[in-house]
Amino acid sequence: MKVNTKPYGLIDVDNRQKIHFPYGLLGFENLKNFVLLDALQQPFYWLQSMEVQEVAFVLIDPTIFRPDYNPDVSPTDLEAIQLTPESKDDMLILTIVTIPEEHREMTANLQGPLIINKDLHIGRQCITENENWKTRHKIIEELSQVRNSAC
Amino acid sequence: MLILSRKKDESIMIGEQIEISVVDIKGDQIKLGIKAPRDIKVYRQEVFVEIQKENQAAAKTGTELPEIELLSQSGERKNVPTEISAENKNEEI
Repeated sequence: MKVNTKPYGLIDVDNRQKIHFPYGLLGFENLKNFVLLDALQQPFYWLQSMEVQEVAFVLIDPTIFRPDYNPDVSPTDLEAIQLTPESKDDMLILTIVTIPEEHREMTANLQGPLIINKDLHIGRQCITENENWKTRHKIIEELSQVRNSAC
Repeated sequence: MLILSRKKDESIMIGEQIEISVVDIKGDQIKLGIKAPRDIKVYRQEVFVEIQKENQAAAKTGTELPEIELLSQSGERKNVPTEISAENKNEEI
C-alpha cells in the first residue's frame, strides 16, 4: 500500500506496519491510523499518520537511554488494547521524541508512552502512574549517564 | 459551567455511572473520590494537558533527524535490517 509520509514522501508500506490507535493520541484524537517506519537515522522510528501526511512523530525505544524504564501503566489501559501486564512478548513500548533546532536538546516523553500490541497492531498512548517519568527526558544527557555507568 | 455546592461526604452523579464525592476538605485542598466505569479515564487535568502539549511540540519536529551512537547491549532494534544491527553491536565503549 502507498502512504504519503512527512519524511519520505509517497512510499510503499507493508500492511504489517499499520497500527490502529482506537483513541488517537492526546491532542490528536481524530487520527487513529498510523504506520510505523524505521527512520533512516538510528535508532529512531517514524509514526506516520495515514490520514494527514503532515502529522508524523519521531519515536525511540526508551530503554536505549533508560534501561530501567518501566511504564507502569494501569492494567485497564492495557486491557483496552488487549494486553495484560504479563504479556510482555506482545508489547512494544515506544516513546515520542521532540527534536528542537538544537538537536542535542532532544527530549523523549516518558510520561505518555505508546504501548503497542504487536500481535494485533493496535496501540494506545498511556499515561504512566510512575511520577519519575516526565514529558521531557533529555536523551543525549541520559544516554551519556548510561554509558558512564557501563564503563 | 454548572456549579454545585457540596459538603464533605456528599457527591454528585455524572450520568448514571460516574460518581464524584467529596472525601475530605482541609484548608484549600479537597480530596475527591471518583467512581467510574473502567473504560472512563480519570487524570489530573495538568498531566493531560502537558502530554497534549508535548505531542503537539513533537509533531513540529522537522524531518532531519540526528544519529545517535548506541551502546551494544541497549541499542538493539526490534525490526531493523540485520546488517545495521550487526554494525551497532560492535560499538563497544
